[in-house]
Amino acid sequence: MYHIISIRDFERSDLDYLLDRAREFDTGEYRPAMLDDKLVALLFFEPSTRTRMSFATAMARLGGRSIGVDSVEASSIVKGETLADTIRVVSGYADAIVLRHPKEGAARLASEFASVPVINAGDGAGQHPSQTLLDLYTIRQSIPIDGTNVGLLGDLRYGRTAHSLALALSLYGVTLHTIAPGGLEMPANIALELRERGMEVVEHANVEEAIRELDVLYVTRIQRERFPDSASYYNVASSYRITPDLLDGVKERLMILHPLPRAGEIDPAVDRTPYARYFEQARNGVPIRMALLHEVMK
Amino acid sequence: MSTKDPSRGLLVSPIRNGTVIDHITAGEALNVLRILGITGSTPECLSIATNVESKRMGKKDIVKIENRELRTEEVDRIALLAPQAKINIIREYKVVEKKGVEIPEVLRGVVRCPNPGCITNTNEPVESTFEVLPKGLHCLYCDWLIKDDIANHII
Repeated sequence: MYHIISIRDFERSDLDYLLDRAREFDTGEYRPAMLDDKLVALLFFEPSTRTRMSFATAMARLGGRSIGVDSVEASSIVKGETLADTIRVVSGYADAIVLRHPKEGAARLASEFASVPVINAGDGAGQHPSQTLLDLYTIRQSIPIDGTNVGLLGDLRYGRTAHSLALALSLYGVTLHTIAPGGLEMPANIALELRERGMEVVEHANVEEAIRELDVLYVTRIQRERFPDSASYYNVASSYRITPDLLDGVKERLMILHPLPRAGEIDPAVDRTPYARYFEQARNGVPIRMALLHEVMK
Repeated sequence: MSTKDPSRGLLVSPIRNGTVIDHITAGEALNVLRILGITGSTPECLSIATNVESKRMGKKDIVKIENRELRTEEVDRIALLAPQAKINIIREYKVVEKKGVEIPEVLRGVVRCPNPGCITNTNEPVESTFEVLPKGLHCLYCDWLIKDDIANHII
C-alpha cells in the first residue's frame, strides 16, 4: 500500500515521477481509467480552504467522490474517540484517506492503523508533502529546479511548508537562502540535515540583501498564534514586506511564491508584476493532488 | 596483618542472586535506578557505589540489585545513559551471564518525545518510537531530535 506521509520518504526519482504525472493531468495528455468508482475521505481536523478544496476538486476531476469532516467539533473526536479508531472506521468506508490534523506525526500514526492509503494534508507544524510537490511543480513549470537559488522568507522555525520544501530542494542541487526574523530562524537540526545532504545554505539578515541573487523567493506568513501578544507579533510581522520597489534589479526570471493565505507580507501591487506566481501556485494544487490520488488508488 | 583496605570489601561484597551493573558512567547510577523504576518505596535490596576508581574509565558507578534480573528493554534503557555498562546476572553467588549493553537501532516506548505537539503525547494507542542516530534520537512520528539530556526523557 502506498502512503504519502513525509517528503523525507521520497527519493528524487519519486518526486520527478509525480511531477511528470501532474503535468500530464494538467495538460490533458493523460486520460487513464479514472477513479469513477472510488471514494476518498477528506478528514480535516483543522481549518483549511485551499488544501481541502483542491483535493475535493482533484477527486471530482478524476470522476471520483469525496466524503469527510471539516472540523474536530463535527467528529467523534469530541466524544473522546482516538484518531486511530477514527481511521480504522473510515478505512471501511473509503478507498483512501486524506488527513489534516493539528498534531505532528498524526499522518504517520494514521498510516499504521489504516487499511487504505493515507495522504498527509498537513500535520501540525510537521509535514505537508502535497504542498511541497505543488511548490516544486510551480517552479518547474518555468525553470529547471536544478542549480537555482531559492530564498525562504518568513517563519522558518514553525513553517512546515518551508521545512518540507527545503528538504525536497536538497535533492535538486539548489542553493538555499534563509531569511527569517529573529527567533524564527530555521531550526538548527534541519539546517544541519540540509547541509549533511550536501545543500549550500546561506543565512541572510534581511530580504534586500538576498533578493537580487534569487530565482525563487518563497514567502511565508508569520503565524499570529505563535506569539504571546499582538505587539510582539506586529514587531516581527512588519519586519519584511515585498513591495514593487523592492523588486528593482531582480533577475528577470524571479518568481515569488507563497503557500497562502497571505497576511500583509506581499503588497497587493506585486500581484500585477510578472514575478507573482502564488495564484498560479494555488491552482497547481489540483493537478498535483490528481496525481497523488490517482497514484494511491489506481 | 592484612594489608587489604577494609572499605573495599564493602564495595565488592557479593550478592547471592540478582544483577550487578558495573562500569556505569560516573554520576549516572541514580539515573539508572530511576529508569529501572527503583525508588525508596520499592522492595529491592540495593548497593550503590559512585565515583569508584576504574582503570578503564577513570571513575565509574556500580549498582547491585538483589533478587532481580533485568529484562532486555531495561537493558536498552541503561545503554542510553551508560553505553559502557556491563550487566552481570548472579545466581547462587556465581556470575551466570555477563553481557554488555547495546543501543538498539530503534527505541519503542523507552523515551518520551519532548515535542508537546507530537501525536505520541496524546491518548492514541501508540508507543513513542525513536531511531538512534549519531547526532541524537530522532522521533519517527514528528521528526523531533533529542540531542542531549536523554535521561530526563526516559519513560
